[in-house]
Amino acid sequence: MDRREFLNVVAAGAAAGFAFPAREAAAQQQAADIYDAPAFGNASLLHFTDCHAQLLPVHFREPSVNLGVGDMRGKPPHLVGDALLRHYGLAGGSRAAFAFSHVDFERLAPVYGKVGGFAHLATLVKRVRASRPGSLLLDGGDTWQGSATALWSKGQDMADAAKLLGVDVMTLHWECTLGQERVTEIAEKDFAGKIEILAQNIRTADFGDPVFEPFTLRTINGVRIAIVGQAFPYTPIANPRYLMQDWTFGIREESLQAAVDAARAAGARAVVLLSHNGMDVDLKLAGRVRGIDAILGGHTHDGVPVPVVVDNPGGRTLVTNAGSNGKFLGVLDLDVGAGGVRDFRYRLLPVFAGLLPADPEMDAHIAKVRAPHLAKLGEKLAVSEGLLYRRGNFNGTFDQLILDALMAEKDAEIAFSPGFRWGTTVLPGEAITMEHVLDQTAITYPYVTFAEMTGEQIRLVLEDVGDNLFNPDPYMQQGGDMVRVGGLAYRCDPTAAMGRRIGDMTLRGRPLEASKTYKVAGWAPVAEAARDAGGEPIWDLVARHLRRRKTVAPPKLNLPTLSGVEGNPGIAP
Amino acid sequence: MDIHQTRRRRVLQTGGGFGLMAALSAAGFVVPKAALAEWNKAAFEGKTVADAMKALGATSPAASGEVQIIASDIAENGAVVPIQVVSRLAGTQQIAVFVEKNPNVLAAVFDVGPDLAPDFTTRVKMAESSNIVVLVKSAGGFATATKEIKVTLGGCGG
Repeated sequence: MDRREFLNVVAAGAAAGFAFPAREAAAQQQAADIYDAPAFGNASLLHFTDCHAQLLPVHFREPSVNLGVGDMRGKPPHLVGDALLRHYGLAGGSRAAFAFSHVDFERLAPVYGKVGGFAHLATLVKRVRASRPGSLLLDGGDTWQGSATALWSKGQDMADAAKLLGVDVMTLHWECTLGQERVTEIAEKDFAGKIEILAQNIRTADFGDPVFEPFTLRTINGVRIAIVGQAFPYTPIANPRYLMQDWTFGIREESLQAAVDAARAAGARAVVLLSHNGMDVDLKLAGRVRGIDAILGGHTHDGVPVPVVVDNPGGRTLVTNAGSNGKFLGVLDLDVGAGGVRDFRYRLLPVFAGLLPADPEMDAHIAKVRAPHLAKLGEKLAVSEGLLYRRGNFNGTFDQLILDALMAEKDAEIAFSPGFRWGTTVLPGEAITMEHVLDQTAITYPYVTFAEMTGEQIRLVLEDVGDNLFNPDPYMQQGGDMVRVGGLAYRCDPTAAMGRRIGDMTLRGRPLEASKTYKVAGWAPVAEAARDAGGEPIWDLVARHLRRRKTVAPPKLNLPTLSGVEGNPGIAP
Repeated sequence: MDIHQTRRRRVLQTGGGFGLMAALSAAGFVVPKAALAEWNKAAFEGKTVADAMKALGATSPAASGEVQIIASDIAENGAVVPIQVVSRLAGTQQIAVFVEKNPNVLAAVFDVGPDLAPDFTTRVKMAESSNIVVLVKSAGGFATATKEIKVTLGGCGG
């Protein structure tokens, strides 16, 4: 198959998966059809990633700002809004448009309803697997963190749910923030003989020995396939190192190549990387490492309907990213011959809770883990008049609410909140429950911080985080969004070099002075000293603030003035 | 899961660090202290890579694809940054590691005996993002390799 034929196949796959009618009524009539995904080939892999422990269906608004810089400008996954819909040929107002973009989110959310939920995902998994005997279910990680019940049960609710769902293989990121001992415990006790945790890039900090197996060889319908695991390379940097202090990570291209070569030598006719690198890193890596047929990726929470095909010295590699919060199930059907992968189909199926009946067994599990906590989870703290969401390169409205709470409760002039990409969405008129607040904040280092920082220190923080997001070399990026900033106005040029991206910092209309100190509140410190200092959990502070306010007007977003992004299709006009 | 590390730790415990070093030394892998080259004070006090290289006898050495630096692109901990250096140049005699933005740029010099594979791992301290430069002295003269390593405040990922 030459390159043109190969790309035609991609296009055909896309068309088959996304033949949605334009009109909403028609879309609803034909809704069931979107899950009629005919089987293809002889080896199928199902993939979900970054569900962030959302056991129940949720609303999740996709970003309206997801800028690509350098070589990534204007390329998937850095397309948002109408540019994204045009690129993939998705009709505005359709179910697919609602699933993959932020366009008309407020209007369409009540029409199409919530997405995800493990009981609905379980039904879809069973349905897809029924026509694909021997298929494997791969979990890309960020599964044991992101909800109240996952935090309180130390990931137990999700470990049990993953087993019920039939996960075969997984890799890691936020799981490690439960502590390396807890990860090891689940791997050795709960998952033994059932779910294999793979990570070629986690080594012991002392001798550099493997902590997990780098890959597994499985036989599907007589076809030998290798799955290689790649955990999030910068876990001890983006999250507290003290939680996984005996482990070291990194991208480790050389050892990845060695793992792929070893898998091929052991007879693998197809090699798939289950990756938590983030899509930009995967795209770069796919051009440099030989012998990987497909990368099933996560971390950056990009719902990418069609794989990107990357050429490399060894052939071609498909790169996918399967979104977040349980919204999607990726289905990769491979036709593998004696000489390797001959053809494929890929679909990223949106999980619409309203179209998929809940799986009774999973439903019972979810009810059981939630039962002891229902009163606390369901407490209505305030009513939101506007849409509350997080995802996007800069402040989302839910972040703004957290920043406003921090400044008010700590009497701070400036507040910082981390640029996490998880966190569910609250619709206008809905009550903000304690569960919603924990959806945004449930981490093992939730301490509120308060510090006096100089203007220069504040500038350095913004530059540092900005470089983690906008460095033109994907290997230098960490995959989060920009730190959310309250109180302080600033200008940001994502295309500038480090040290020159941030400017015009003002506080209440007056320029920030480099040597003057300012009162700064924040949360989620990664330093061990900050843990030892204690500090109130952020969810208690936000809950207290909301109970007092009772009604929350739409938060006024403190967005930086952007430059260098004119015409960039990664920002909605 | 941790079969490898357990086994290796046991070897080290039973063998004992001292005994192991003695064995390696006897086998000619580690050069006895008396045979080591003199401490190159000028090189270790060099403030720029060019000055420190000059003190090691190299002026404007060319980059070589045969010298490889294996290290994470972003340091997990600037205080302890693991760096592996591999030279495939024939007759490699010496490997020097520089951290361009450190106050004293030269971090380590390895004198390589004829029976030793030129493949070293060391740990350097870095206060800020910087290029790591490696200088290799071989039968064919001096050659270098460079890799940028980023040191970041951390947090905010994912």
